[in-house]
Amino acid sequence: MTEIDPITLAVLSGRMEQIADEMDATLFRAAFNPIIAEAHDASHGIYHAQTGDTLVQGKSGLPIFVGVMAFAVQAVIEKAAADGDLEDGDIYAFNDAHIGGTHLSDMRLVQPYFRDGELFCYLASVGHWHDVGGAVPGNYNPAATDVFQEAFVLPPVKLARKGVVQQDIVDIMLRNTRLPLSAQGDLNGQLGALELGVKRMDALLDEYGTDTIRAALGALSDRAETLMQAELSALPDGRWEAEDFLDNDGISPEALPIRVALEIAGDRMVLDFAGTAPQCAGPVNIARPTAVATAYVAIKHIFAGLPANSGVMRPIEVRIPDDSLLSAEFPAPTGGYTETILRMIDVIFSAMALAAPDRVVANAYGTINALSIAGKRSDGRPWVMFSFYGGGHGGSIESDGLNHGNAPISTATIPPMEILEAAYPVMFRQWALRPDSGGAGRHRGGLGAIYEIEVLEENGAEAFLFGERGRFAPKGVAGGGDAAVNVFGFEHDEGWGTPPMVSKMRGIKLRQGQAVRLETPGGGGYGPPGERDADAVGLDVVRGLVSEEQADRDYPGWQEDQG
Amino acid sequence: MSGEITGRMVGVDVGGTFTDIFVLDEATGIASVGKVPTTRPDQSGGFLDGITGQVPDLSQIAVVVHGTTAGTNALLERKGARIGVITTQGLRDVLEMRRRDRPRTWGLCGDFEPIADRRDRLEVPERTLADGTIHTPVDLDAVREAAGGLMQDGCEAVAILFANAYANPENEAAAVAAVRAIWPNPHVSASHEILPEIREYERFSTTALNAYLQPEVSGYLNRLETALGEGGFDGEFMIVQSNGGVMAVETASERPVRTALSGPAAGVIAAGYIAQTAGFPDVITGDIGGTSFDVSLIAQGQTQLSPQTSVDFGLTIRSPMIEITTIGAGGGSIAWVDKGGLLQIGPESAGSNPGPVAYGLGNDRPTVTDANVVLGRIDPDNPIGGKLSRLDVEAAAAAIDTHVGVPLGLGTYAAAEAILRVANSRMAGAIRLVSIERGFDPKRFAFMPFGGGGALHTCALMADVGLARSIVPRYPGVTSAMGCVIADMRQDFVQTVNAMLGTLDVDALGQFMQDHHDKGQAMLDAARTRFDAREAVFELDMAYLGQTHTVPVAVPVNVVDGQVNAPTAAQIGAAFDDTYRATYGRLLPGGVRRILNLRSAVIGRRPKFDLETLAPQGDAAQTPRRRQVHFGEDWHDTPIYDRLMLPVGAHIPGPAILAQPDTTILIEPGFTARVDRYGNTIIEAEVT
Repeated sequence: MTEIDPITLAVLSGRMEQIADEMDATLFRAAFNPIIAEAHDASHGIYHAQTGDTLVQGKSGLPIFVGVMAFAVQAVIEKAAADGDLEDGDIYAFNDAHIGGTHLSDMRLVQPYFRDGELFCYLASVGHWHDVGGAVPGNYNPAATDVFQEAFVLPPVKLARKGVVQQDIVDIMLRNTRLPLSAQGDLNGQLGALELGVKRMDALLDEYGTDTIRAALGALSDRAETLMQAELSALPDGRWEAEDFLDNDGISPEALPIRVALEIAGDRMVLDFAGTAPQCAGPVNIARPTAVATAYVAIKHIFAGLPANSGVMRPIEVRIPDDSLLSAEFPAPTGGYTETILRMIDVIFSAMALAAPDRVVANAYGTINALSIAGKRSDGRPWVMFSFYGGGHGGSIESDGLNHGNAPISTATIPPMEILEAAYPVMFRQWALRPDSGGAGRHRGGLGAIYEIEVLEENGAEAFLFGERGRFAPKGVAGGGDAAVNVFGFEHDEGWGTPPMVSKMRGIKLRQGQAVRLETPGGGGYGPPGERDADAVGLDVVRGLVSEEQADRDYPGWQEDQG
Repeated sequence: MSGEITGRMVGVDVGGTFTDIFVLDEATGIASVGKVPTTRPDQSGGFLDGITGQVPDLSQIAVVVHGTTAGTNALLERKGARIGVITTQGLRDVLEMRRRDRPRTWGLCGDFEPIADRRDRLEVPERTLADGTIHTPVDLDAVREAAGGLMQDGCEAVAILFANAYANPENEAAAVAAVRAIWPNPHVSASHEILPEIREYERFSTTALNAYLQPEVSGYLNRLETALGEGGFDGEFMIVQSNGGVMAVETASERPVRTALSGPAAGVIAAGYIAQTAGFPDVITGDIGGTSFDVSLIAQGQTQLSPQTSVDFGLTIRSPMIEITTIGAGGGSIAWVDKGGLLQIGPESAGSNPGPVAYGLGNDRPTVTDANVVLGRIDPDNPIGGKLSRLDVEAAAAAIDTHVGVPLGLGTYAAAEAILRVANSRMAGAIRLVSIERGFDPKRFAFMPFGGGGALHTCALMADVGLARSIVPRYPGVTSAMGCVIADMRQDFVQTVNAMLGTLDVDALGQFMQDHHDKGQAMLDAARTRFDAREAVFELDMAYLGQTHTVPVAVPVNVVDGQVNAPTAAQIGAAFDDTYRATYGRLLPGGVRRILNLRSAVIGRRPKFDLETLAPQGDAAQTPRRRQVHFGEDWHDTPIYDRLMLPVGAHIPGPAILAQPDTTILIEPGFTARVDRYGNTIIEAEVT
């Protein structure tokens, strides 16, 4: 293998990241649905020809995909090996979450990249489609008990053969969605991104030669591994445990434990999820690839300076027990995977806080609160308003937590209220910070939000919510307090009601003038509240971020200590 | 219209270290340049000294145009005014909640302080719906009470931010009138006046930032105007906007948010003009400062405008700005080796204080400039910007050894070359970002470095990106000041329309166009400067229903005797189809076409001057000094020319250095420089 000098490597690392970034940008611009175009729920990268390992990943894609796409590529490698017919110009497409991770809304395209007639690497594109069939528009079905109630399932198939897109495959895809125009637009965007990736790889290989690039790809993973080992070596050896709970699976009310034991020995780490709840009936299951990728997301947040490739995971063993919520078997439903992986990240943070309290932030709000409000207008046209809502981030050694941030697994921004009001017959009575929602601490958790949404349409509407953290609050670390729990309410003729499954409900009937109200959790606090600067408490109180009563409870004597 | 005045036109750019002056005598077409130290904290001293140094009698000046960083600095240093916010019931926290983002993708640390304290953000009963219907009329007593409270608490400026005011400004307009009646100064900003565009966070943020900047920027401009007046100046005083056009100083005082990128925008305008005159309408500009590298692309003479920018996390300004891409790699960026053994440049920077190790002001970690010093590319005996009489080459070499050479097993010079190679590669990445990634082929483009440091890296960047040639203007250090003199007068307008093409009210659209046109023309009429031509440009932000990313569609609009004849729906549809096809390759049959916003610009083209007046006179031959300079793996005995003395037509093969007081141009082996008839230096790869 060609040796590569560190200077050329630094140059090539930037060039290859730029290729993946450019693929991201291409899809964001061209995509038809706002989940990709605005929320950037998509990702692109370059993957190892034999193992499928992530070699390079775009910076702007959704964090969770950074780890999970390797499994999608591996699935294609296995399929191609079994069929023995891999050819230049082929593109595989699939959405099967039990093979490729995450959920069925994510359409994955995987393309082998050939150089001089030989397989060199894989390029892949994944994007969240607006609708892929199933029982509920938009595919967040809180009551699903198998994948068939969530969406149509496409296993890895050849979408293109030798550069020719197979129209019959496209026809099958478009016949299985409520929004074929949107799906066609997104598919075109993903094909465009792959096309561009191939063009850019050609140019890079022409310029530097195949051997140099191959050597660079290998060296980049080795380097990431070395970096991770150096980080782990700097941490104390030992074993730390953390647990947390999901409210329920949407079907029955039992809480579901998620447990982790984090063990560091020298330059290696084990994350063992033994003791986590078994596979459940409802859609908060996740497939094993998703679980492994989630560990990667948590690690990347803790060691934020490390490069995005599989090398960083080599010193880390992720143990997912069989028959677990985290290793669900086909056809268990996985539509609500976001809630489960957010809780996995929380327990990894909580365990790491015991090992190295200066390295982690307290738990973030921990639920995406997928809320849809749907109905028919007076002229009969259907409407569906669907969005995810924000909450607070945890405090850290540096500062208080961020108010109203996006989930750690995502970089999505929220659609503007005015865009929603212009598109759907609703009015936001309130879009505000939620006082007293951040956990107490030396550095207080960031605040969650209050969204109160009134239906203006005379035919009324129906609401669906898929949320979590209704019973178990986001935790503080290093002695910090817990945040407030998620609270959801809806107006009916006798006043305000709450869902029997806490933060999950479908078919909530709303009349014109009635509203739903979401009060999202803040983030956990960092460090003992007794160490908080009394002036900072005073400022929180005069700003109305913390009520006087809450300050008296969390920071006794704060008034006397004012400077 | 006031009488036109002729005389001298003066451009002034106030930077961190120097205040640059560019003077053009309109009668003779002759230009001159000057440079004086920037004065702090009040920049008006240096400003006036610089002008009087060139033109002692201020009454001979017709126009002073200023590219200012007063607004940029106030934003970056968070030194704006204490502002109050009066907003719709339920929406007090929009500024603080942003669009639910976070500072970085990876790592969850960090919080955010909004520019308006939560105590100073007050709600009043009022509500307009998205279709413009008034759901709740505004309670003006509550508005007056809120304003009174804010005043009492010490707010200097106030922003009125009402939901859906873009669709119907009635409630907001009534509120702002009530506040203006009692507010003790002119610092009252209303969201429908600043930006009548859908998206509450972007509109509120832009409006609040306007209020935040208003006392500071209008006070600063007022001081300048007074000082100019006391000096006998009786001409027009104008300010460069972020969009590259100029505006009257009164407008700048009302809309200071439009000056956020005033200084850099002026530089890009001048670069575009110089390049186009020299025969290169396609150019990429690169400004290497102490901490950053700013890149901008000009295609066919047109600067690229971006609709919004974030000056810092959570400080969003939505207003057309010249698109300038910034990466954290400049002369002061620190080189270091990470735990994985890879050489990294930045993001940490020594800036200009303490600056590079060679400045001897206390920094001991090597920077990009130190690498240039160690390799002989910067003359240690003539330092620019440092406070020493001689740069400390030995200290720079020792720092490179310790932090880069030893960890990587490289000698001093190899390590310094490595630092430059990685730094150049990062800058090349920024150039690729604005060119290749946006579909522009860099082979078609010339590269124009400006600012002091850019011309050292030019050959390396050309080779790395594949740029055809570089053009170094005769006075790269005063490019922004020159841009002030060249820039056109320009006013941008926006109005959210939010209609489907099939049901578009064409008359209403025409009325908006007429309104924008009239306001823009009135502004040009009021200016006491001469225009070669006037233009009005209309664009619609359009997309298919369901898509959120719009494409800007230029629509044909016929203006006869001041009357705007709006386009028909069919014309708009055809224009959209053409633009969409050109952008995405194919149309979406059956898709519903939607118009989100109208964007208009009214432009007064200012007279240009002849760049040939800047060209060197005569053809004095010179015997260059010589110095050892390191290229690749060897030292080369390299001639050092006095750049300003090189005659038109001179050919200088690399390796060579062309030196002038504030700039060093490095011609690497394999490249040749020539002086064109405007005094620009054109650098190209030698044909082999």
